[in-house]
Amino acid sequence: MTTMFTPDHEWINIEDHEAAVVGITLHAQEALGDIVFVDLPAVGRTLKKGEIAGVVESVKAAADLYMPVSGEVVEVNDALRADPALANRDPMGEGWFFKIHVTDMAEFEQLMDPPGYDALLKTL
Amino acid sequence: MSAELLKTPLHAFHVEHGAKMVPFAGYEMPVSYPAGIVAEHKQCRDSAALFDVSHMGQIRLIGDGADRALESLMPIDLIGLGLNQQRYGFFTNSAGGILDDLMVTRRDHDLLLVVNADRKAFDTQHLVTNLGGRCQIVPLPDRALLALQGPKAVAALAQLNPDVAGLVFMTGGSFTLAGVECYVTRSGYTGEDGFEISMPADAAEPLARALTQMREVKPAGLGARDTLRLEAGLCLYGHDINDRTNPVHAGLTWAIPKVRRSGGEREGRYPGAEVIALQMTQGAPHKRVGLVALERVPVREGMNVVDSRGHRIGKVTSGTITPTVDKPIAMAYVVSDYARPAAEVYAEVRLQRVPMRVTPMPFVPHRYHRG
Repeated sequence: MTTMFTPDHEWINIEDHEAAVVGITLHAQEALGDIVFVDLPAVGRTLKKGEIAGVVESVKAAADLYMPVSGEVVEVNDALRADPALANRDPMGEGWFFKIHVTDMAEFEQLMDPPGYDALLKTL
Repeated sequence: MSAELLKTPLHAFHVEHGAKMVPFAGYEMPVSYPAGIVAEHKQCRDSAALFDVSHMGQIRLIGDGADRALESLMPIDLIGLGLNQQRYGFFTNSAGGILDDLMVTRRDHDLLLVVNADRKAFDTQHLVTNLGGRCQIVPLPDRALLALQGPKAVAALAQLNPDVAGLVFMTGGSFTLAGVECYVTRSGYTGEDGFEISMPADAAEPLARALTQMREVKPAGLGARDTLRLEAGLCLYGHDINDRTNPVHAGLTWAIPKVRRSGGEREGRYPGAEVIALQMTQGAPHKRVGLVALERVPVREGMNVVDSRGHRIGKVTSGTITPTVDKPIAMAYVVSDYARPAAEVYAEVRLQRVPMRVTPMPFVPHRYHRG
């Protein structure tokens, strides 16, 4: 199980072969504050890396959620839709956003590993 | 380019309490503390919250004719304003547009004006230019301003001086708090009972500490202040009102008393009086309304409002999902045909149309202490 990160503060975790889970990082949820709304992509949609996959909104602000790698959306977190604050309470766990089937594993390998993401956070 | 941000006398207090500091109107201000906007908002509705609003402008007008002079810039009754009474009003321009909204209190030897932070330089110049010969205009950059708001604000502040409990909504007085003479008004920007406390800058931190040590009180940031005022249906200058909206558009004619209206003893004689008088009789082309969404999708400032056929009928000026209502609420300007309760409109949110209903404001009932 490997977790990688994007410069836009999404994480992606490969669970099994090309099946991956996507969410926002601890830093992202802290920066947003109380999350009150998520807009998740439709299951079955295929999106390219960097395309807008959804929206996450706090009381104060709205942020786009970008596709960390190209792939097909295979499942979305309905529990998060019902209780968006899950993304505050457990952003790396219960507060996941959606699952995808990764099209190109090379894109995954190019993302930031945990030390790389930590280094990015230190520059903010 | 970026000028050094100003700090209020409570800057160190905010940092010490873990506040998330953001630039606002040239100041570095706390948007929220670690509790978060939702918790701070609920704290204010359920108990009491302390806000630092020292970035706002405090200006004294001194001189016998100050009230009459100020009436030439504002359509409110200042000559009739009694000692220690406070009024809400606005500066208008020659087209009737709102240059700023503010509070005016008559004190023993002056009128005390509290104006918006990002308008204080403009307002001061506006006063000097137009009233300079008629009264003395004294900005008070060395005064701090704290707002203690919520149903338990009175119980908290009365621990420092029981006499504050004698104030009613929109009145003020001088009170000694934690050994310092402060000017306290029973007013605020949350829809709750509460106080605004003006004091010397160096007294702000000891007073903030004394208050936040009380069980009832916790600090709250500008984020909660914004959601609270939105629920209370109160306008935010630069968003819900500006120099292109007049008091008729904005639904603020309640602030214009009979004595300043057509036929009144001191009618007109303020900038834009003719436009405002005409629109008060004939109606405005568009009006500020409250909107509640029928789906749980946040509707934000700048989004278009359309009718059922997709024709543009207005624009959102403030909006979010607020903690008390727990639904998306917004203020918007819409063409007057739609400015009636229960009218159904739609907000264009990204690729979808979110149905919304025109709703009387406030969204949450005011709980002022009127005595």
